[in-house]
Amino acid sequence: MRYLVALMLVFIPLSVFAAIDTYEFKDEATRARFHTLTFELRCPKCQNQNLQDSNSPIAADLRNEVYKMVQAGNDDAEIKAFMVARYGEFVLYKPPVNETTYILWYGPFGLVVIGIIVLVAVSRKRKRHESEVDDLETHLNKDETDRLNDILGKGEHK
Amino acid sequence: MRRFILFIPLVIFIGMGAFLWKGLALDPTELPSALLDKPLPAFELPSLLDPERQVTEADLKGEVALVNVWATWCPSCKEEHAQLNRIKAEGYKVIGINYKDDREKADIWLKKYLNPYAFNIFDDKGSLGLDLGVYGAPETYVIDAEGIIRYKHVGVVDQRVWETLRTVMDQLKQSGKVSAE
Repeated sequence: MRYLVALMLVFIPLSVFAAIDTYEFKDEATRARFHTLTFELRCPKCQNQNLQDSNSPIAADLRNEVYKMVQAGNDDAEIKAFMVARYGEFVLYKPPVNETTYILWYGPFGLVVIGIIVLVAVSRKRKRHESEVDDLETHLNKDETDRLNDILGKGEHK
Repeated sequence: MRRFILFIPLVIFIGMGAFLWKGLALDPTELPSALLDKPLPAFELPSLLDPERQVTEADLKGEVALVNVWATWCPSCKEEHAQLNRIKAEGYKVIGINYKDDREKADIWLKKYLNPYAFNIFDDKGSLGLDLGVYGAPETYVIDAEGIIRYKHVGVVDQRVWETLRTVMDQLKQSGKVSAE
């Protein structure tokens, strides 16, 4: 039995424990703030993970830094500014609105506007086209009307 | 006119293709340094080989230098070490930041692989690394005589990277001389 337990212990995946830090918070609000911040800040090393779920040592360091700052009572803006000063805007998952990010923030709206313009233009053209077809029929002279009716098989001489 | 409109999708396709093709050549792990053209952060840390001596940012001023962040636990650092030795041999100043490392191991490393560093800052807690925005050793900075960060390279310094770094350093030295005159 003891050997069995020992054997089973061998197979416990160590990585499961890797990203769990034990932090004691002074109150629940601080804990919540820590969670939001580590969720919104991106790990500089690992491209597409936030600080919360990254196992890399640098993420652990930064979590630790965030922890120290929330405990000390720094507000969110200060903590983000601290990270941006060191790692650049890359660390923010929600990028700020400025010249370099205008296209990111407003680009989609621009595309929607272009889409609407194209849609309106196309439907207008189609409408005009349809009315032109109608016009053609009304502008036929007597002979042409007769011929048309003849072809369609609904004239007087049947 | 109608004919022309038919080519719009093709033009868009070629445009996007060119854009994405360019994207392939970019390295997404390379982040622009937030500290570029800013002075080195203030710090006070012991020297690696002389624990009694305290090093501050003032000790890094006065000369254009490379600042290399390294550690014995970092395999790529071993890879670039020979290049750093060559850089020293070419007469350029290299300053080391021993990042989150063990003093004894670092000591052995420098004895074994030679020591290209003018001096080493022992940053065992990684506090200076954090202030510099280090996210993975090795990282190499070029600082000018005023201690302002002018260039950052993340990753191994090989001959090709060194040529870029050398150009930056030579330019800084040149402009430093001009302004001193």
